[in-house]
Amino acid sequence: MNRHLISAGDLSLADALLILDTADELASMAERPVKKLPTLRGRTVVNLFYEDSTRTRISFEAAAKRLSADVINFSAKGSSVAKGESLKDTALTLEAMGADAVVIRHGASGAPHRLASWVRGSVVNAGDGAHEHPTQALLDAFTMRRRLGRLDGLRVTIVGDVLHSRVARSNVLLLSTLGAEVTLVAPPTLLPVAVGGWPCSVGYDLDAALPKADVVMMLRVQQERMNAAYFPTVREYSRRYGLDAARMALLPEHGIVMHPGPMNRGVEIAAEVADSVRSTIVEQVANGVSVRMAVLYLLLSGPGEQR
Amino acid sequence: MTHAADQPGRDPRPGGSRTRAVLEPAEIRRALTRIAHEILERTSGAGDVVLLGIPTRGVPLAHRLAERLEQVEGRPVPAGSLDITMYRDDLRLRPARALGHTEVPTTGIDDKIVVLVDDVLYSGRTVRAALDALGDIGRPRAVQLAVLVDRGHRELPIRPDYVGKNLPTSQREMVRVLLTEVDGHDAVLLGVSPVTREGS
Repeated sequence: MNRHLISAGDLSLADALLILDTADELASMAERPVKKLPTLRGRTVVNLFYEDSTRTRISFEAAAKRLSADVINFSAKGSSVAKGESLKDTALTLEAMGADAVVIRHGASGAPHRLASWVRGSVVNAGDGAHEHPTQALLDAFTMRRRLGRLDGLRVTIVGDVLHSRVARSNVLLLSTLGAEVTLVAPPTLLPVAVGGWPCSVGYDLDAALPKADVVMMLRVQQERMNAAYFPTVREYSRRYGLDAARMALLPEHGIVMHPGPMNRGVEIAAEVADSVRSTIVEQVANGVSVRMAVLYLLLSGPGEQR
Repeated sequence: MTHAADQPGRDPRPGGSRTRAVLEPAEIRRALTRIAHEILERTSGAGDVVLLGIPTRGVPLAHRLAERLEQVEGRPVPAGSLDITMYRDDLRLRPARALGHTEVPTTGIDDKIVVLVDDVLYSGRTVRAALDALGDIGRPRAVQLAVLVDRGHRELPIRPDYVGKNLPTSQREMVRVLLTEVDGHDAVLLGVSPVTREGS
């Protein structure tokens, strides 16, 4: 494995399977009386969050703590960043504190990549702009494998705002490595120009895609980014690309519904769908901890450059 | 198992010409049968015994012992596996490795007599890790250790309760245990290791 996890596209098939298999073993630990392993004792993991995030930060924090690492949470609000400190100076500060791993969420695509050249520890991308969110893709793949038993040949349909979605990009890259067939379904305005070069197919009609999908993944309509008239109204979007009970009935019997969260109930996903037995949304959160434990374990054990 | 020399599965060499068998399949069978009887004797009938094999080759050994105990006593003895990878003391020294499978029998281990089972006892570091791992799963009444081969060179104050064969070795030598369940046939091989032991 690489020392950093910046892009889901950097993972080979063997790497990806090693992470998923490791996460599988770690998931069984959640049933033990002592939910902690001594593996990363004495290691320091810094959560460096320039964007608001609840589930990802908590998930990484829980993962690091279950492996006995020390966790330092650093959020840009109310810190030296608010006083104008640059990413590089923050990185050097973390370096001086002896961070073995830096988990970074940043609004700018490429920030984790830049950070990786400044620090000696491992860098884990926890979401950078509209670029990538590799651990989300890993936990999604993990959830699919647990529910459906395989990934090779699985048909996955990703629906919604692909343009602004780092989750979609990471999922396309990872799932194609793992042998799944990905179809993106979105209004043409919400697809990136370069989507033709991605290892997936593209469609515009959700009703046509659903009967062939083993998995349908609904993306959040990022209303904070919907300022350029990508679609006429939220209601129109919801009618054409939202998943309601009638549409869910088009899925094959074993089909599952995923959502990376946080959900806009009533926009991209109806409440009754989100709460149905086919929805894996709560499972995804639990699986996130196991997958992130696997990532931290695999990146941090062994002799790193400074260790 | 702590050192690469103990781990036939990870040894890239196909078994050099200077390798010789020190235990034949029949001897392995007899050693396990004897250990099973010793367990019965020491634990007064193995009523509270739980066998936990340490992956990779401790696991099939634990199941073979459980089978023998059942044959003699006429009731099943729970057997499972205990992966110790996350408890190793050399995680910082080596690249990350894949985890083995942990499967604790449904009876649990609280108040039981846990017999840890491994193929080769060498430095004792694996067993130390296993004791730590056990502590996170429950509180056994007692913990005992059964190994197929004790090759000496302990680095920790740990001793086995049941030994298939005491095998005096030099640290340059390499002991490989092969089991049908993993390797297709049974054998214990002794050869000259191409690398000297780490940390010594």
